[in-house]
Amino acid sequence: MALVFAGVCSHAPGITGRAERADPAARDRFYAAMGRMREAIEASRPDALVVIAAEHFANFFMNNMPAICVGMGEHYEGPIEDEKWLGIGHHRVPGNQPLSRELIQEIMNDIDLAYAEEWKFDHGIMVPLHFLTPRYDLPVIPVNINCQGPPLIPLKRAYEFGRSLRRACDARPERIAVIGTGGISHWPATPDSGRINEPWDRAFLEKLLHHRRDELLAYRDQDVWREGGQGGFEIRTFIAIAGATEGCTGELWCYVPIPAFAVGCTVAVMRLH
Amino acid sequence: MSLYYTQKLLYQLNRDPAVRRRFDEDFESLLAEHELTDEERDALRKPDIGLLYVMGVNGQILMHYAALRGYEWNAYLEAMRAGERRYGPVRTGLYTRADSR
Repeated sequence: MALVFAGVCSHAPGITGRAERADPAARDRFYAAMGRMREAIEASRPDALVVIAAEHFANFFMNNMPAICVGMGEHYEGPIEDEKWLGIGHHRVPGNQPLSRELIQEIMNDIDLAYAEEWKFDHGIMVPLHFLTPRYDLPVIPVNINCQGPPLIPLKRAYEFGRSLRRACDARPERIAVIGTGGISHWPATPDSGRINEPWDRAFLEKLLHHRRDELLAYRDQDVWREGGQGGFEIRTFIAIAGATEGCTGELWCYVPIPAFAVGCTVAVMRLH
Repeated sequence: MSLYYTQKLLYQLNRDPAVRRRFDEDFESLLAEHELTDEERDALRKPDIGLLYVMGVNGQILMHYAALRGYEWNAYLEAMRAGERRYGPVRTGLYTRADSR
């Protein structure tokens, strides 16, 4: 049945961990958009949710850092962070091991992947799940693209991964939803935390949602670092969604800069065809 | 500099309850197992969050150590700023500022 839903959203830990510090109107607007995304995912009746995320040294470290890793577990758990710090309680999250295996095998025709049967979700996945699958009952297949520090995969490889994921999903009978989750501009966990480059974010979203592929892939890491911060490297997760939805446009449901959350809080959904 | 091992120790501390128990019970023997400079060991012991930041420890790793050592979020951000004022710009890694290169 293939891909039935695709979208992107933010995942910063402050979204749940420091909720009380945000402007209430901005926060509630973003929360409402996440609620709308949950309803859209539920309406697509998925059998599994692929979460393309950028984890933050929870499972992977510089001793053996995969460029792209796909989960192949029967189940996962999270958050790895302190529950009070993140504002999300500990949960076991179901996986779908046979589907993971099939997708990984198929994608390996195009892209060399790492895979992992164990995975402790950090805020990069738990924050989206908190809003999108609050009962933690939808099987999840996690994907990590290393966005933490160079060497990073070129943007065109993130895009190609998305294309290959789409082909693999299209070959399956299951109904599969996919989200990409990351920042656009942000300087997380640094003295500049809270800085947000709204014009840069909006220009990026314009390219993403109008599928201006060549412009999306033309970003250079040194410019991203300067304009969008080290957190801007996470545009790879959004670009993977552009690859998975090649030729499709999308709709922006929310973009609101929330300095207390250290990111421009974003929800956007692609129009699949 | 053994920034890699400083970060590796903190990465393990953040994710592994057994390492956290050793941190509670015998931090010195945990430190002794890693190839660290005296400056790094001292910064970890104190802790000197500002110095660890200036040394180049990734914030995604450092913020959890700061929380473990009792730093509230804004206190963590302020500790990094104080570190830059006291020790100068970040020495290496992702956070070396363009204007300090």
